[in-house]
Amino acid sequence: MFEQYLPVLLLIVLAVAFGAGSLLLTGLIGPKRPNQVKNSAYESGMEPVGTAHERYSVKYYMVAMLFVIFDVEILFMYPWAVQFRMLGLFAFIEMILFIGLLFAGYYYIIKKGVLEWE
Amino acid sequence: MIVDILFYITALVAIISGILVITGKSPVTSALSLVLNFFCIAFIYLMLEAQFLAIIQVIVYAGAIMVLFLFVIMLLNLQDDQTLFEKFDLKKGFAVLLTALFLLEILYILPAGTNSSAGVSFPELGTVEAIGKYLFSEYLYPFEMISVVLLAAVVGAVVVAKKKVD
Amino acid sequence: MKLELLGHLILTVAIFGSLFLFVAYAVYFERKVAAKMQNRVGPDRVGWYGLLQPFADILKLLLKEEIIATQATKFVHTLAPAISVIMAFITFAMIPIAEGFYIADINIGMLYMMAVTSIGVYGVTLAGWSSNSKYSLLGSMRASAQMISYELSMGLAVVGVILITQSISVVSIVESQTENILYWNIIRQPLGFLIFWIASFAEANRLPFDLPESEQELVGGFHTEYSSMRFALFFFAEYTHLIVASSILTTVYLGGYQIPFQSFLFPGLDGWWLVSAQILTFILKMCLFVFLFMWVRWTLPRFKYNHLMELGWKYLLPLGLLNVVLTAGWLLIYDGF
Repeated sequence: MFEQYLPVLLLIVLAVAFGAGSLLLTGLIGPKRPNQVKNSAYESGMEPVGTAHERYSVKYYMVAMLFVIFDVEILFMYPWAVQFRMLGLFAFIEMILFIGLLFAGYYYIIKKGVLEWE
Repeated sequence: MIVDILFYITALVAIISGILVITGKSPVTSALSLVLNFFCIAFIYLMLEAQFLAIIQVIVYAGAIMVLFLFVIMLLNLQDDQTLFEKFDLKKGFAVLLTALFLLEILYILPAGTNSSAGVSFPELGTVEAIGKYLFSEYLYPFEMISVVLLAAVVGAVVVAKKKVD
Repeated sequence: MKLELLGHLILTVAIFGSLFLFVAYAVYFERKVAAKMQNRVGPDRVGWYGLLQPFADILKLLLKEEIIATQATKFVHTLAPAISVIMAFITFAMIPIAEGFYIADINIGMLYMMAVTSIGVYGVTLAGWSSNSKYSLLGSMRASAQMISYELSMGLAVVGVILITQSISVVSIVESQTENILYWNIIRQPLGFLIFWIASFAEANRLPFDLPESEQELVGGFHTEYSSMRFALFFFAEYTHLIVASSILTTVYLGGYQIPFQSFLFPGLDGWWLVSAQILTFILKMCLFVFLFMWVRWTLPRFKYNHLMELGWKYLLPLGLLNVVLTAGWLLIYDGF
């Protein structure tokens, strides 16, 4: 039973070997002539001003938060979709209710203007 | 045999990454260790033939919730050292209490559970088909409640963040 | 044809190797296509018609100096490109390239691909964070927000296919499409296909949705601070995404390895001949999508970021929900309740 995953594991090992191998190789054979200017952050030729780690727009947080919620909702549709022909009409009405509530939340978000990017 | 060895390796990695979560110097290191921990747990689910649970663990916890964590860390950019080692307060006391309770629970279960180790699996229960069958017949009511809870989560997220937008 | 475990392991190595070659030549192909569209010649110096160009590029990037900026977080900075390229490669694990020829057929195959895609976001996010440079961080915030937004629409589009197939296994999805073109999901799920296709552009960070690395405003986006093989890995990941996205589109919507009207056109085909013909069919279909991706890239201008987010959240997401409800409703009527 567990055997069927072995080829996937092999693929993962190959991919990791490729990633790690090429990173190691370039570090070994590439030249190393660092200097202060070369190693500073790129800011179109200017000297870097301040740090990049500043506070960013809360919009991004909202997108991530809503993504988590909708992702969970969509994942609940998968078991339903797989069994749909066996479950029939009753489960269909259940899912319509589920999607209806999901859509109510979605409508609220749109009305509140959370997804407006200026 | 191979499965046993894989289990012990995974368990070891899970424990080490768990420790790294609480000892990590920067929040991002902690978050990444937690992601590794989630992968280990997903792998253990897979060995118990709970495929759907394993994949959900990866998609929801590692792929969605931890991305949200990372976003928060990146957006706030708290200075590493000053936030992680704060003074002892009520929150921390509560955390210690919960941990102690959890430890007691484990100690209580441990002697009873040693003879039913990782070998037990229910292949027919772990599939997405089985979950679909039960979720939409026996556990209909909890399922509908989930949509209400998620709706509350949507509204909550908007209300909390909206104050900061305006 | 049925393969034993050893056969699957050998196939895994073979697929990994050919994927590597396909990605290298996708870069070459893109440069040639772009050149033709802009009335240029394109690479033609290294080897016959410039065919050795990809290897020359890899060698050059290997020999370049690794520049890690002083303000960067070293370990995460190294980890990010590796995550990107690993996740891009292992998405291919569930895709059958001929009847019985796949790395693995697990009954949650489609979800596996979704999971790996969602982990791929880390590469971009961590690259921007660890570089500690303004361009990188802005680029990576844009990229990750865009990728997670379009993941939702992608997931919804797949639900429509699963409703029809009644299985999440990728092999059953291909088998259910049969050799009759009318049963291909592009015909049965036109709206779902459109949503999935548009979302793949955003997932692969390609024009018209390549805002994370829009050169004019963000230099290189999340990989501004990367050089040598570290940069090459991001580049590699991008083209692997292109190949993998085309393969997934082929598999889910265009009948995968199924040869159209095979029993009518080539009734005598079997054994290794059938396998070879199916692999060839799969590659041809995949190349069609690869070419479409490139055609779009060199034809359309870039979206504005607010338009991009609006398209994802305000159009594709509700359309995806509509697609699920319509498909389920139609199936109910078809089955007679």
